[in-house]
Amino acid sequence: MNKRLPLGLGLILLVFPCVLLVAFTHYPAARALMNSFWNNASSRRPSKFVGVENYQTLLEDDRLMQVMLNSTLYALGTIPLAIGLAIGMALLVNAKLPGTSLMRLSFFMPTMLPMIAVANIWLFFYAPGIGLASQILGLFGLPPINFLGSTETSLLSMMFVAVWKEAGLFMIFYLAALQAVPTTLKDAARLEGAGPVRVFFDVVMPLLRPTTIFVAVNALINAFRLVDHVIVMTRGGPNNSSALLLYYIYEVTFSQRDFAYGATLTVLMVCLLGILAAVQYWVLNRKAHYQ
Amino acid sequence: MTKGLDRILWTTFGLVFAAIWGLPFLYSVWTAFHDEIYSANFVWNAPLTLENFVEAWQAAPFALYFLNTFILISIVLAANLILCTLVAYAFVRYRFRWSGYLFALIMVQLLISPEILIVENYLTLSRIGMIDTILGIALPYLTSAFGIFLLRQTFMTVPVSLDEAAQIEGAGAWRVLWNIYVPLAKPVYLAYGLVSISFHWNNFLWPLIVTNSPEVRPVTVGLSVFATVESGVEWSLVNAATLMTTAPLIIAFVIFQRQFVANFMRAGIK
Repeated sequence: MNKRLPLGLGLILLVFPCVLLVAFTHYPAARALMNSFWNNASSRRPSKFVGVENYQTLLEDDRLMQVMLNSTLYALGTIPLAIGLAIGMALLVNAKLPGTSLMRLSFFMPTMLPMIAVANIWLFFYAPGIGLASQILGLFGLPPINFLGSTETSLLSMMFVAVWKEAGLFMIFYLAALQAVPTTLKDAARLEGAGPVRVFFDVVMPLLRPTTIFVAVNALINAFRLVDHVIVMTRGGPNNSSALLLYYIYEVTFSQRDFAYGATLTVLMVCLLGILAAVQYWVLNRKAHYQ
Repeated sequence: MTKGLDRILWTTFGLVFAAIWGLPFLYSVWTAFHDEIYSANFVWNAPLTLENFVEAWQAAPFALYFLNTFILISIVLAANLILCTLVAYAFVRYRFRWSGYLFALIMVQLLISPEILIVENYLTLSRIGMIDTILGIALPYLTSAFGIFLLRQTFMTVPVSLDEAAQIEGAGAWRVLWNIYVPLAKPVYLAYGLVSISFHWNNFLWPLIVTNSPEVRPVTVGLSVFATVESGVEWSLVNAATLMTTAPLIIAFVIFQRQFVANFMRAGIK
Protein backbone atom coordinates (compact mmCIF):
# COMPACT_ATOMS: atom_id res chain seq x y z
CA MET A 1 0.00 0.00 0.00
CA ASN A 2 3.03 2.25 0.41
CA LYS A 3 2.41 5.08 -1.97
CA ARG A 4 4.93 7.52 -3.32
CA LEU A 5 5.06 10.61 -1.18
CA PRO A 6 3.67 13.59 -3.11
CA LEU A 7 5.94 16.63 -2.99
CA GLY A 8 3.47 18.98 -1.32
CA LEU A 9 2.58 16.53 1.42
CA GLY A 10 6.24 15.69 1.89
CA LEU A 11 7.01 19.32 2.60
CA ILE A 12 4.43 19.43 5.38
CA LEU A 13 5.06 15.99 6.87
CA LEU A 14 8.82 15.93 6.76
CA VAL A 15 10.54 19.15 5.89
CA PHE A 16 9.39 21.44 8.70
CA PRO A 17 9.95 18.97 11.57
CA CYS A 18 13.28 17.87 10.14
CA VAL A 19 14.50 21.42 9.60
CA LEU A 20 14.11 21.97 13.36
CA LEU A 21 15.93 18.75 14.09
CA VAL A 22 18.78 19.58 11.75
CA ALA A 23 19.04 23.14 13.08
CA PHE A 24 19.53 21.99 16.67
CA THR A 25 21.30 18.65 16.27
CA HIS A 26 23.20 18.21 13.02
CA TYR A 27 24.01 21.82 12.30
CA PRO A 28 25.44 22.53 15.80
CA ALA A 29 27.44 19.29 15.72
CA ALA A 30 28.95 20.31 12.38
CA ARG A 31 29.53 23.86 13.64
CA ALA A 32 31.32 22.52 16.71
CA LEU A 33 33.64 20.53 14.48
CA MET A 34 34.31 23.58 12.32
CA ASN A 35 34.77 25.99 15.23
CA SER A 36 37.22 23.64 16.89
CA PHE A 37 39.69 24.58 14.13
CA TRP A 38 39.36 28.33 14.70
CA ASN A 39 40.29 30.49 17.65
CA ASN A 40 38.08 32.91 19.57
CA ALA A 41 37.10 36.17 17.99
CA SER A 42 37.72 39.28 20.07
CA SER A 43 36.54 42.84 19.56
CA ARG A 44 39.82 43.72 17.85
CA ARG A 45 40.37 40.77 15.57
CA PRO A 46 38.06 38.21 14.00
CA SER A 47 38.65 34.53 14.66
CA LYS A 48 41.21 32.90 12.45
CA PHE A 49 41.96 29.39 11.33
CA VAL A 50 44.39 27.73 13.75
CA GLY A 51 44.33 24.12 12.54
CA VAL A 52 44.69 21.55 15.29
CA GLU A 53 45.92 24.05 17.89
CA ASN A 54 42.80 23.56 20.04
CA TYR A 55 43.34 19.83 19.92
CA GLN A 56 46.92 20.28 21.08
CA THR A 57 45.59 22.26 24.02
CA LEU A 58 43.23 19.35 24.65
CA LEU A 59 46.12 16.92 24.95
CA GLU A 60 48.08 19.17 27.30
CA ASP A 61 45.11 20.15 29.46
CA ASP A 62 45.74 18.82 32.96
CA ARG A 63 42.27 19.79 34.13
CA LEU A 64 40.73 17.80 31.28
CA MET A 65 42.78 14.78 32.33
CA GLN A 66 41.43 15.17 35.85
CA VAL A 67 37.87 15.55 34.53
CA MET A 68 38.15 12.45 32.33
CA LEU A 69 39.56 10.51 35.26
CA ASN A 70 36.68 11.73 37.45
CA SER A 71 34.10 10.77 34.81
CA THR A 72 35.63 7.32 34.43
CA LEU A 73 35.81 6.72 38.19
CA TYR A 74 32.27 8.00 38.48
CA ALA A 75 30.98 5.59 35.83
CA LEU A 76 32.95 2.58 37.11
CA GLY A 77 32.01 3.27 40.71
CA THR A 78 28.32 3.99 40.37
CA ILE A 79 27.10 1.61 37.66
CA PRO A 80 28.05 -1.80 39.18
CA LEU A 81 26.85 -0.72 42.63
CA ALA A 82 23.55 0.65 41.30
CA ILE A 83 22.97 -2.50 39.25
CA GLY A 84 23.78 -4.79 42.20
CA LEU A 85 21.41 -2.87 44.46
CA ALA A 86 18.74 -2.81 41.74
CA ILE A 87 18.84 -6.61 41.40
CA GLY A 88 18.60 -6.97 45.19
CA MET A 89 15.68 -4.55 45.33
CA ALA A 90 13.89 -6.28 42.47
CA LEU A 91 14.26 -9.66 44.22
CA LEU A 92 12.96 -8.21 47.49
CA VAL A 93 10.01 -6.52 45.86
CA ASN A 94 9.23 -9.54 43.71
CA ALA A 95 9.18 -11.97 46.66
CA LYS A 96 5.67 -12.17 48.04
CA LEU A 97 6.43 -10.53 51.37
CA PRO A 98 4.22 -8.19 53.38
CA GLY A 99 5.01 -4.50 52.90
CA THR A 100 6.42 -4.78 49.39
CA SER A 101 4.39 -1.85 48.08
CA LEU A 102 6.00 0.32 50.76
CA MET A 103 9.45 -0.93 49.76
CA ARG A 104 8.69 -0.32 46.09
CA LEU A 105 7.66 3.26 46.81
CA SER A 106 10.77 3.91 48.89
CA PHE A 107 13.14 2.46 46.29
CA PHE A 108 11.50 4.24 43.40
CA MET A 109 10.96 7.63 45.06
CA PRO A 110 14.43 9.03 44.26
CA THR A 111 13.95 8.25 40.57
CA MET A 112 10.78 10.33 40.49
CA LEU A 113 12.40 13.37 42.04
CA PRO A 114 13.90 15.96 39.71
CA MET A 115 17.70 16.08 39.73
CA ILE A 116 17.62 19.55 41.29
CA ALA A 117 15.42 18.36 44.13
CA VAL A 118 17.72 15.39 44.71
CA ALA A 119 20.73 17.71 44.76
CA ASN A 120 19.06 20.05 47.27
CA ILE A 121 18.02 17.20 49.55
CA TRP A 122 21.54 15.77 49.61
CA LEU A 123 23.15 19.18 49.93
CA PHE A 124 21.26 19.47 53.20
CA PHE A 125 21.91 15.84 54.15
CA TYR A 126 25.66 16.38 53.70
CA ALA A 127 25.75 19.86 55.29
CA PRO A 128 28.77 19.90 57.60
CA GLY A 129 27.80 19.95 61.28
CA ILE A 130 24.00 20.10 61.01
CA GLY A 131 23.28 17.57 58.24
CA LEU A 132 22.03 14.08 59.08
CA ALA A 133 25.23 12.49 57.74
CA SER A 134 27.33 14.44 60.24
CA GLN A 135 24.88 13.68 63.04
CA ILE A 136 25.06 9.95 62.34
CA LEU A 137 28.86 10.13 62.42
CA GLY A 138 28.54 12.00 65.69
CA LEU A 139 26.43 9.20 67.18
CA PHE A 140 29.40 6.91 66.70
CA GLY A 141 31.74 9.50 68.15
CA LEU A 142 33.34 10.24 64.78
CA PRO A 143 34.37 13.77 63.75
CA PRO A 144 32.13 15.47 61.14
CA ILE A 145 33.29 15.29 57.52
CA ASN A 146 32.86 18.10 55.04
CA PHE A 147 31.54 15.64 52.44
CA LEU A 148 31.21 17.98 49.48
CA GLY A 149 33.86 20.45 50.53
CA SER A 150 36.99 18.34 50.64
CA THR A 151 38.90 16.92 47.71
CA GLU A 152 39.01 13.37 49.09
CA THR A 153 35.28 12.93 49.57
CA SER A 154 33.50 15.20 47.07
CA LEU A 155 33.45 12.80 44.11
CA LEU A 156 32.58 9.84 46.33
CA SER A 157 29.71 11.78 47.91
CA MET A 158 28.35 12.64 44.46
CA MET A 159 28.59 9.00 43.41
CA PHE A 160 26.51 8.04 46.41
CA VAL A 161 23.78 10.44 45.30
CA ALA A 162 23.84 9.00 41.77
CA VAL A 163 23.47 5.43 43.04
CA TRP A 164 20.55 6.55 45.22
CA LYS A 165 18.89 8.25 42.28
CA GLU A 166 19.41 5.50 39.68
CA ALA A 167 19.05 2.16 41.46
CA GLY A 168 15.26 2.51 41.65
CA LEU A 169 14.97 3.06 37.91
CA PHE A 170 17.12 0.00 37.18
CA MET A 171 15.00 -1.96 39.66
CA ILE A 172 11.96 -1.44 37.41
CA PHE A 173 13.77 -3.04 34.47
CA TYR A 174 14.87 -6.00 36.58
CA LEU A 175 11.43 -6.40 38.09
CA ALA A 176 9.95 -6.76 34.61
CA ALA A 177 12.70 -9.20 33.64
CA LEU A 178 12.18 -11.26 36.80
CA GLN A 179 8.46 -11.50 36.17
CA ALA A 180 9.22 -12.82 32.70
CA VAL A 181 11.33 -15.72 34.07
CA PRO A 182 9.26 -18.89 33.52
CA THR A 183 8.36 -20.50 36.85
CA THR A 184 8.69 -23.94 35.30
CA LEU A 185 12.45 -23.44 34.99
CA LYS A 186 12.78 -22.52 38.65
CA ASP A 187 10.51 -25.42 39.71
CA ALA A 188 12.57 -27.85 37.66
CA ALA A 189 15.79 -26.65 39.30
CA ARG A 190 14.20 -26.98 42.73
CA LEU A 191 13.06 -30.52 41.97
CA GLU A 192 16.65 -31.33 41.08
CA GLY A 193 17.51 -30.24 44.62
CA ALA A 194 18.97 -26.78 43.98
CA GLY A 195 18.77 -24.32 46.88
CA PRO A 196 17.54 -20.75 46.42
CA VAL A 197 21.08 -19.43 45.95
CA ARG A 198 21.84 -21.90 43.17
CA VAL A 199 18.49 -21.28 41.52
CA PHE A 200 19.29 -17.58 41.45
CA PHE A 201 22.82 -17.83 40.09
CA ASP A 202 22.31 -20.73 37.66
CA VAL A 203 18.77 -20.11 36.43
CA VAL A 204 17.69 -16.53 37.02
CA MET A 205 20.95 -14.60 36.51
CA PRO A 206 21.64 -15.85 32.97
CA LEU A 207 18.12 -14.83 31.99
CA LEU A 208 18.71 -11.34 33.39
CA ARG A 209 21.83 -10.82 31.30
CA PRO A 210 20.21 -8.94 28.38
CA THR A 211 18.66 -6.53 30.89
CA THR A 212 22.01 -6.03 32.58
CA ILE A 213 23.76 -5.27 29.31
CA PHE A 214 21.07 -2.82 28.28
CA VAL A 215 21.02 -1.06 31.65
CA ALA A 216 24.81 -0.91 31.93
CA VAL A 217 25.41 0.60 28.53
CA ASN A 218 22.70 3.21 28.92
CA ALA A 219 23.94 4.06 32.39
CA LEU A 220 27.43 4.50 30.97
CA ILE A 221 26.20 6.95 28.33
CA ASN A 222 24.18 8.81 30.96
CA ALA A 223 27.11 8.96 33.38
CA PHE A 224 29.14 10.88 30.83
CA ARG A 225 26.49 13.46 30.15
CA LEU A 226 25.38 14.02 33.69
CA VAL A 227 25.71 17.59 34.88
CA ASP A 228 22.81 18.97 36.92
CA HIS A 229 23.86 17.86 40.35
CA VAL A 230 27.47 18.91 39.80
CA ILE A 231 26.24 22.45 39.15
CA VAL A 232 24.01 22.54 42.20
CA MET A 233 26.10 20.61 44.72
CA THR A 234 29.77 21.35 44.15
CA ARG A 235 30.33 23.41 40.99
CA GLY A 236 33.04 20.89 40.19
CA GLY A 237 35.01 21.75 43.28
CA PRO A 238 36.95 21.77 45.42
CA ASN A 239 39.93 21.97 43.10
CA ASN A 240 38.13 20.14 40.23
CA SER A 241 37.79 17.01 42.34
CA SER A 242 34.16 16.52 41.35
CA ALA A 243 34.06 18.05 37.85
CA LEU A 244 32.63 15.80 35.13
CA LEU A 245 32.97 16.19 31.36
CA LEU A 246 29.75 18.02 30.51
CA TYR A 247 30.24 20.32 33.50
CA TYR A 248 33.72 21.16 32.23
CA ILE A 249 32.27 22.07 28.82
CA TYR A 250 29.74 24.29 30.56
CA GLU A 251 32.39 25.99 32.64
CA VAL A 252 34.90 26.54 29.85
CA THR A 253 32.21 28.00 27.63
CA PHE A 254 30.07 30.08 29.93
CA SER A 255 32.41 31.07 32.77
CA GLN A 256 35.65 31.44 30.84
CA ARG A 257 33.83 32.47 27.61
CA ASP A 258 36.19 30.24 25.62
CA PHE A 259 33.80 29.20 22.86
CA ALA A 260 36.48 27.73 20.60
CA TYR A 261 37.79 25.36 23.25
CA GLY A 262 34.21 24.60 24.33
CA ALA A 263 33.52 23.51 20.74
CA THR A 264 36.62 21.31 20.79
CA LEU A 265 35.46 19.64 24.01
CA THR A 266 32.02 19.16 22.45
CA VAL A 267 33.63 17.30 19.55
CA LEU A 268 35.46 15.11 22.07
CA MET A 269 32.20 14.39 23.88
CA VAL A 270 30.30 13.52 20.68
CA CYS A 271 33.10 11.15 19.63
CA LEU A 272 33.06 9.51 23.06
CA LEU A 273 29.29 9.00 22.97
CA GLY A 274 29.58 7.72 19.40
CA ILE A 275 32.07 5.08 20.51
CA LEU A 276 29.86 4.08 23.45
CA ALA A 277 26.85 3.79 21.13
CA ALA A 278 28.84 1.67 18.69
CA VAL A 279 29.85 -0.62 21.57
CA GLN A 280 26.23 -0.80 22.66
CA TYR A 281 25.14 -1.74 19.16
CA TRP A 282 27.85 -4.38 18.88
CA VAL A 283 27.19 -5.90 22.31
CA LEU A 284 23.43 -5.99 21.90
CA ASN A 285 23.76 -7.59 18.47
CA ARG A 286 26.07 -10.25 19.84
CA LYS A 287 23.70 -10.90 22.71
CA ALA A 288 20.99 -11.82 20.19
CA HIS A 289 22.88 -15.04 19.36
CA TYR A 290 22.51 -16.35 22.87
CA GLN A 291 18.74 -16.39 22.73
CA MET B 1 15.35 -23.15 59.39
CA THR B 2 11.63 -22.86 58.89
CA LYS B 3 10.05 -21.07 55.99
CA GLY B 4 8.10 -18.79 58.31
CA LEU B 5 11.25 -17.54 60.06
CA ASP B 6 12.83 -16.88 56.70
CA ARG B 7 9.91 -14.71 55.68
CA ILE B 8 10.05 -12.67 58.86
CA LEU B 9 13.79 -12.13 58.47
CA TRP B 10 13.53 -11.04 54.85
CA THR B 11 10.56 -8.78 55.54
CA THR B 12 12.41 -7.09 58.39
CA PHE B 13 15.51 -6.72 56.27
CA GLY B 14 13.48 -5.29 53.38
CA LEU B 15 11.66 -2.78 55.54
CA VAL B 16 14.84 -1.63 57.28
CA PHE B 17 16.59 -1.28 53.93
CA ALA B 18 13.62 0.68 52.55
CA ALA B 19 13.66 2.96 55.59
CA ILE B 20 17.38 3.69 55.18
CA TRP B 21 16.86 4.28 51.47
CA GLY B 22 14.06 6.74 52.21
CA LEU B 23 16.03 8.53 54.92
CA PRO B 24 17.37 11.53 52.94
CA PHE B 25 13.92 12.23 51.54
CA LEU B 26 12.16 11.78 54.89
CA TYR B 27 14.73 14.06 56.49
CA SER B 28 13.91 16.73 53.92
CA VAL B 29 10.16 16.29 54.57
CA TRP B 30 10.73 16.54 58.33
CA THR B 31 12.65 19.79 57.95
CA ALA B 32 10.13 21.32 55.59
CA PHE B 33 7.27 20.74 58.03
CA HIS B 34 9.07 21.93 61.17
CA ASP B 35 10.48 25.14 62.52
CA GLU B 36 14.12 25.91 61.63
CA ILE B 37 15.33 25.05 65.16
CA TYR B 38 14.20 21.43 64.70
CA SER B 39 15.95 21.02 61.34
CA ALA B 40 19.02 19.52 62.97
CA ASN B 41 17.54 17.95 66.03
CA PHE B 42 14.80 15.41 66.31
CA VAL B 43 12.16 15.86 68.94
CA TRP B 44 9.44 13.40 68.05
CA ASN B 45 6.62 15.68 69.18
CA ALA B 46 8.00 18.90 67.67
CA PRO B 47 5.07 20.99 66.42
CA LEU B 48 4.25 20.67 62.74
CA THR B 49 4.02 23.86 60.73
CA LEU B 50 3.23 25.01 57.19
CA GLU B 51 5.01 28.30 57.81
CA ASN B 52 8.03 27.31 55.71
CA PHE B 53 5.91 26.75 52.63
CA VAL B 54 4.17 30.10 53.03
CA GLU B 55 7.47 31.88 53.56
CA ALA B 56 9.21 30.17 50.63
CA TRP B 57 6.28 30.93 48.35
CA GLN B 58 6.57 34.61 49.23
CA ALA B 59 10.37 34.78 49.19
CA ALA B 60 10.66 34.05 45.47
CA PRO B 61 8.24 34.38 42.54
CA PHE B 62 7.35 30.69 42.50
CA ALA B 63 3.91 31.33 40.99
CA LEU B 64 5.67 32.89 38.01
CA TYR B 65 8.17 30.01 37.82
CA PHE B 66 5.31 27.50 37.76
CA LEU B 67 3.55 29.47 35.04
CA ASN B 68 6.74 29.56 32.95
CA THR B 69 7.26 25.83 33.31
CA PHE B 70 3.62 25.27 32.38
CA ILE B 71 3.97 27.40 29.22
CA LEU B 72 7.27 25.74 28.32
CA ILE B 73 5.86 22.24 28.72
CA SER B 74 2.71 23.09 26.77
CA ILE B 75 4.71 24.43 23.82
CA VAL B 76 7.09 21.46 23.75
CA LEU B 77 4.38 18.86 24.24
CA ALA B 78 2.05 20.30 21.57
CA ALA B 79 4.91 20.60 19.07
CA ASN B 80 6.21 17.11 19.88
CA LEU B 81 2.84 15.44 19.49
CA ILE B 82 2.06 17.16 16.18
CA LEU B 83 5.49 17.09 14.52
CA CYS B 84 6.42 13.56 15.60
CA THR B 85 3.05 12.30 14.36
CA LEU B 86 3.59 13.89 10.94
CA VAL B 87 7.07 12.46 10.50
CA ALA B 88 6.13 9.00 11.74
CA TYR B 89 3.11 8.97 9.41
CA ALA B 90 5.28 9.88 6.42
CA PHE B 91 7.71 7.05 7.20
CA VAL B 92 5.06 4.39 7.74
CA ARG B 93 2.60 5.21 4.99
CA TYR B 94 4.71 6.52 2.14
CA ARG B 95 7.83 5.51 0.37
CA PHE B 96 10.31 8.05 -0.86
CA ARG B 97 13.91 8.17 -1.87
CA TRP B 98 16.55 7.98 0.89
CA SER B 99 13.93 7.28 3.54
CA GLY B 100 16.30 4.84 5.26
CA TYR B 101 19.09 7.39 5.41
CA LEU B 102 16.74 10.10 6.58
CA PHE B 103 15.51 7.89 9.40
CA ALA B 104 19.07 7.11 10.45
CA LEU B 105 19.81 10.83 10.41
CA ILE B 106 16.85 11.48 12.71
CA MET B 107 17.93 8.74 15.11
CA VAL B 108 21.26 10.55 15.56
CA GLN B 109 19.41 12.83 18.00
CA LEU B 110 18.98 9.94 20.43
CA LEU B 111 22.74 9.95 20.79
CA ILE B 112 23.63 13.63 20.59
CA SER B 113 20.82 15.18 22.56
CA PRO B 114 20.61 18.98 22.67
CA GLU B 115 22.18 19.26 26.12
CA ILE B 116 25.53 18.14 24.71
CA LEU B 117 25.40 20.82 22.05
CA ILE B 118 24.85 23.69 24.48
CA VAL B 119 27.78 25.70 23.13
CA GLU B 120 26.65 25.90 19.52
CA ASN B 121 22.94 26.00 20.31
CA TYR B 122 23.55 28.95 22.57
CA LEU B 123 25.38 30.74 19.77
CA THR B 124 22.55 29.97 17.34
CA LEU B 125 19.99 31.26 19.80
CA SER B 126 21.88 34.49 20.41
CA ARG B 127 22.28 34.98 16.65
CA ILE B 128 18.51 34.88 16.16
CA GLY B 129 17.87 36.93 19.31
CA MET B 130 16.02 34.26 21.28
CA ILE B 131 18.15 34.31 24.43
CA ASP B 132 16.11 34.79 27.58
CA THR B 133 12.78 33.72 26.07
CA ILE B 134 10.61 30.71 26.86
CA LEU B 135 10.38 29.87 23.17
CA GLY B 136 14.17 29.88 23.09
CA ILE B 137 14.27 27.18 25.79
CA ALA B 138 11.74 25.13 23.83
CA LEU B 139 13.26 25.41 20.34
CA PRO B 140 15.86 22.59 20.45
CA TYR B 141 13.28 20.17 21.84
CA LEU B 142 10.36 20.77 19.45
CA THR B 143 11.07 17.66 17.38
CA SER B 144 12.11 14.54 19.22
CA ALA B 145 13.76 11.50 17.70
CA PHE B 146 12.46 9.38 20.55
CA GLY B 147 8.88 10.49 19.84
CA ILE B 148 9.25 9.80 16.12
CA PHE B 149 10.69 6.37 16.84
CA LEU B 150 7.95 5.47 19.32
CA LEU B 151 5.12 6.59 17.02
CA ARG B 152 6.63 4.93 13.98
CA GLN B 153 6.78 1.62 15.88
CA THR B 154 3.14 2.05 16.87
CA PHE B 155 1.89 3.14 13.45
CA MET B 156 3.53 0.10 11.88
CA THR B 157 1.17 -2.13 13.87
CA VAL B 158 -1.89 -0.54 12.22
CA PRO B 159 -3.41 -3.20 9.93
CA VAL B 160 -2.93 -2.40 6.25
CA SER B 161 -6.50 -3.49 5.48
CA LEU B 162 -7.88 -0.80 7.75
CA ASP B 163 -5.95 1.89 5.93
CA GLU B 164 -6.98 0.51 2.51
CA ALA B 165 -10.63 0.23 3.48
CA ALA B 166 -10.62 3.89 4.47
CA GLN B 167 -9.04 4.83 1.16
CA ILE B 168 -11.69 2.91 -0.78
CA GLU B 169 -14.31 4.81 1.16
CA GLY B 170 -12.64 7.92 -0.23
CA ALA B 171 -10.80 9.17 2.83
CA GLY B 172 -7.79 11.39 2.10
CA ALA B 173 -4.39 11.24 3.75
CA TRP B 174 -5.36 13.56 6.60
CA ARG B 175 -8.60 11.74 7.40
CA VAL B 176 -6.79 8.40 7.47
CA LEU B 177 -4.23 9.84 9.84
CA TRP B 178 -6.78 11.46 12.10
CA ASN B 179 -9.42 8.70 12.14
CA ILE B 180 -7.28 5.56 12.03
CA TYR B 181 -3.69 6.10 13.11
CA VAL B 182 -4.08 8.67 15.87
CA PRO B 183 -6.87 6.88 17.81
CA LEU B 184 -4.97 3.59 17.76
CA ALA B 185 -1.88 5.21 19.20
CA LYS B 186 -3.68 6.84 22.15
CA PRO B 187 -1.90 4.87 24.92
CA VAL B 188 1.44 5.71 23.34
CA TYR B 189 0.56 9.39 23.20
CA LEU B 190 -0.34 9.31 26.89
CA ALA B 191 2.81 7.49 27.95
CA TYR B 192 5.06 9.64 25.76
CA GLY B 193 3.35 12.78 27.04
CA LEU B 194 4.04 11.83 30.64
CA VAL B 195 7.70 11.12 30.01
CA SER B 196 8.07 14.32 28.02
CA ILE B 197 6.40 16.37 30.77
CA SER B 198 8.61 14.92 33.49
CA PHE B 199 11.72 15.42 31.35
CA HIS B 200 10.99 19.08 30.71
CA TRP B 201 9.87 19.70 34.27
CA ASN B 202 13.27 18.42 35.38
CA ASN B 203 15.40 19.90 32.63
CA PHE B 204 17.94 22.26 34.11
CA LEU B 205 21.17 23.02 32.28
CA TRP B 206 19.73 24.40 29.06
CA PRO B 207 17.12 26.68 30.72
CA LEU B 208 19.83 27.82 33.13
CA ILE B 209 22.01 28.93 30.24
CA VAL B 210 19.26 30.49 28.16
CA THR B 211 17.49 32.49 30.88
CA ASN B 212 18.80 35.53 32.72
CA SER B 213 15.69 37.16 34.10
CA PRO B 214 13.16 35.80 36.59
CA GLU B 215 10.30 36.55 34.17
CA VAL B 216 11.15 33.55 31.99
CA ARG B 217 12.76 31.13 34.47
CA PRO B 218 11.19 27.68 34.85
CA VAL B 219 10.86 26.16 38.36
CA THR B 220 14.09 24.16 38.28
CA VAL B 221 16.21 27.23 37.59
CA GLY B 222 14.15 29.33 39.97
CA LEU B 223 14.63 26.76 42.70
CA SER B 224 18.39 26.59 42.20
CA VAL B 225 18.66 30.39 42.32
CA PHE B 226 16.55 30.40 45.49
CA ALA B 227 18.59 27.65 47.14
CA THR B 228 22.15 28.89 46.63
CA VAL B 229 23.98 28.82 49.90
CA GLU B 230 25.28 32.36 49.39
CA SER B 231 21.78 33.79 49.50
CA GLY B 232 21.64 32.77 53.19
CA VAL B 233 18.23 31.15 53.02
CA GLU B 234 17.35 28.83 55.90
CA TRP B 235 17.45 25.10 55.24
CA SER B 236 13.83 24.63 56.24
CA LEU B 237 12.83 27.10 53.51
CA VAL B 238 14.99 25.38 50.92
CA ASN B 239 13.46 22.01 51.78
CA ALA B 240 9.94 23.45 51.67
CA ALA B 241 10.62 25.02 48.28
CA THR B 242 12.14 21.78 46.99
CA LEU B 243 9.10 19.73 47.99
CA MET B 244 6.73 22.39 46.72
CA THR B 245 8.22 22.41 43.24
CA THR B 246 8.36 18.63 43.12
CA ALA B 247 4.85 17.97 44.42
CA PRO B 248 2.95 18.29 41.11
CA LEU B 249 5.25 15.73 39.53
CA ILE B 250 4.95 13.29 42.42
CA ILE B 251 1.15 13.59 42.38
CA ALA B 252 1.07 13.06 38.61
CA PHE B 253 3.33 10.08 39.06
CA VAL B 254 1.13 8.46 41.68
CA ILE B 255 -1.92 8.90 39.43
CA PHE B 256 -0.24 7.66 36.24
CA GLN B 257 2.17 5.13 37.77
CA ARG B 258 1.20 2.37 35.35
CA GLN B 259 1.76 4.43 32.21
CA PHE B 260 5.10 5.72 33.49
CA VAL B 261 6.40 2.24 34.15
CA ALA B 262 4.95 0.96 30.87
CA ASN B 263 6.87 3.61 29.01
CA PHE B 264 10.13 3.03 30.85
CA MET B 265 9.74 -0.59 29.78
CA ARG B 266 8.94 0.33 26.21
CA ALA B 267 12.02 2.50 26.09
CA GLY B 268 13.92 -0.47 27.45
CA ILE B 269 12.73 -2.94 24.88
CA LYS B 270 13.40 -0.61 21.92
